[in-house]
Amino acid sequence: MRFIFKTEYAQDIGLAKHEGHTFWYSTLVLLLLGAPWLFTEYWLAQLTFVLIYSIAALGIMLLAGFTGLFSLGHAAFLGVGAYTHAVLTNMGVPFPIALACAAGLSAAVGLVVGLPALRVKGIYLGMATLSFGFIVEEVLARWESVTGGNAGIHIKKPNVFGWVLETEIQFYFLCLLLTMVSTLGILNLLRSPTGRAFVAIRDSEISAQSMGIHLAQYKTMSFAISAALAGVAGALYAHKLQFISPDQFNILQSIDLLLMIVIGGLGSVHGAFLGAIFLITMPQLIALFKDFLPAVVGQAPGLQGVVYGAVLIAFVLFEPMGLYGRWLKIRTYFEMFPFYRKGMFKRQKSFQKSDRLK
Amino acid sequence: MQFFQLLISGVAQGCIYGLIALGFVLIYKATETVSFAQGELMMLGAFGGLVAMTMLGMPYWLAILSAVLAMALVGALIEMAVIRPILGQPAFSIVMLTIGVGYVARGLITMIPNIGTDTQALPVPYKDEIWKLGGLILNVEHMVVIAATGVLCVLLFALFRYSKLGIAMQAASQNQLAAYYMGIPVKRLNSIAWALAAAVASIAGLLLAPITFVHANMGFIGLKAFPAAVVGGFGSLPGAIVGGLVIGLVEAFSGFYLPDGFKDTAAYIVVLVMLMVRPNGLFGEKLRKKV
Repeated sequence: MRFIFKTEYAQDIGLAKHEGHTFWYSTLVLLLLGAPWLFTEYWLAQLTFVLIYSIAALGIMLLAGFTGLFSLGHAAFLGVGAYTHAVLTNMGVPFPIALACAAGLSAAVGLVVGLPALRVKGIYLGMATLSFGFIVEEVLARWESVTGGNAGIHIKKPNVFGWVLETEIQFYFLCLLLTMVSTLGILNLLRSPTGRAFVAIRDSEISAQSMGIHLAQYKTMSFAISAALAGVAGALYAHKLQFISPDQFNILQSIDLLLMIVIGGLGSVHGAFLGAIFLITMPQLIALFKDFLPAVVGQAPGLQGVVYGAVLIAFVLFEPMGLYGRWLKIRTYFEMFPFYRKGMFKRQKSFQKSDRLK
Repeated sequence: MQFFQLLISGVAQGCIYGLIALGFVLIYKATETVSFAQGELMMLGAFGGLVAMTMLGMPYWLAILSAVLAMALVGALIEMAVIRPILGQPAFSIVMLTIGVGYVARGLITMIPNIGTDTQALPVPYKDEIWKLGGLILNVEHMVVIAATGVLCVLLFALFRYSKLGIAMQAASQNQLAAYYMGIPVKRLNSIAWALAAAVASIAGLLLAPITFVHANMGFIGLKAFPAAVVGGFGSLPGAIVGGLVIGLVEAFSGFYLPDGFKDTAAYIVVLVMLMVRPNGLFGEKLRKKV
């Protein structure tokens, strides 16, 4: 067990709490930098997907995990970002400007969607974002002059002021850079007054309000930041697949995004990454084990749905803090060996809190 | 004439939405949770009817009855197995849980060989029959939907108004703790609410099946029933049916009079406007938290 004696304020807000953190995160960064030479092309592509989904997961984690607002239509922001970026890139706009426009437009759309969030709560907000997601999907499919309709559009390679990123490895580094920037951005945001305000709103709106937090302002801000990150992820997603169509941004994608953060662990930045890893590796794992199952089960098209659903149910029931919570428990067990008690992370039983009276 | 034709098909479609929304509202009122698995329960009900009729060779009424009863059992089992342990947790956990239940239900259905992956027609006695009334051409399937919804509404109204069970459910939905102190078995009531919701959903499925066929993805219609529940006000049973009718009619008319694309989004546009203008819905109760 490590005891940290804090003697300075800088220590208290520092990103790395102790040498252990510095060591392990540096190792991780080195590993990610060396990944193109360590992994095969296929796994590098999967890793790129993990990075792209991590950016989206960070955004939705900020919204759902830290501000306590749930969006059931987050794929719409992904779609807005992807389409804006694709259209601009095909017009010859350089990558950084197109990316900024994609993030900006997504954020603007997020602001608009955030507006009902000021009036409605809980499940009604879910409904509003769900409806919004459907409307965006329909607009993407019908606005054929710009989006190409259901036929979708192809997107050119990223072009950073004349320097075209041709290879997969170059694109991987681009994703890595953007992921690192967004992660550091989110971590910094969370230790700033703004981030603290988000967490206060999540824990209790009434107490946050009485502490002088302007609910409307912070809620729309959270929506806008979250949507901007989804827009960035959407832009990278469009480049990675090189082809986008409206049905990639439907309700199932929105649910996948939520599933990612619930399984990763709500309310932790680690959770966003663990969730993204889960979402990308799960289909591979299912494909691996499929052959061992009887043909009726193994070859059924619904197998993936059953596994996803079952894993989701299991996590909500038994591990509400997700993969990151599981890791925390394992770590605490070893740190405190042999003094770990079963009830240390036990959820408090609460009486039914009525949403209707909020 | 065109107008009345649209009116009737809109009402019929609206009744289906209303019935599914009724399931949401029943569960929401009883347990304060929102079930995203309602569409899938409807799909399971339709498949139950299909299996009972085509494979077990039951007569129509017996098949309907057994499918509905089986689904009521499934609903109660779902409540006992997965919902009860996490009651009192944040609403979002339960939403994710029911999404998981929906995924599992849809996946399991496609695993059944020969049935799950195909699109089948439910062999009902009134299939493809048409009534002519003046210049109107009435599809019997639509009329059956409307009539069955009406009967079901009367039955539910009677249940909640006159039976001990219904009154106990009302009490529990107003204040669970107080109801529990009065000796009402709240846990058992929650199971019954889920069973009732699943039964209503399966009736909706059986009514919808002759119109749209039975397939594993028919549960997605449940996503259209959410707007119905919101428009009506999430905590109101008559509101769910009225909301369903509103959504069904808006959809039918916008599909005819407005350009392409509005038919699928009309429901969502209506719900967004509703949330902006009147977040509590048409019949929703308006309560403020007092500090």
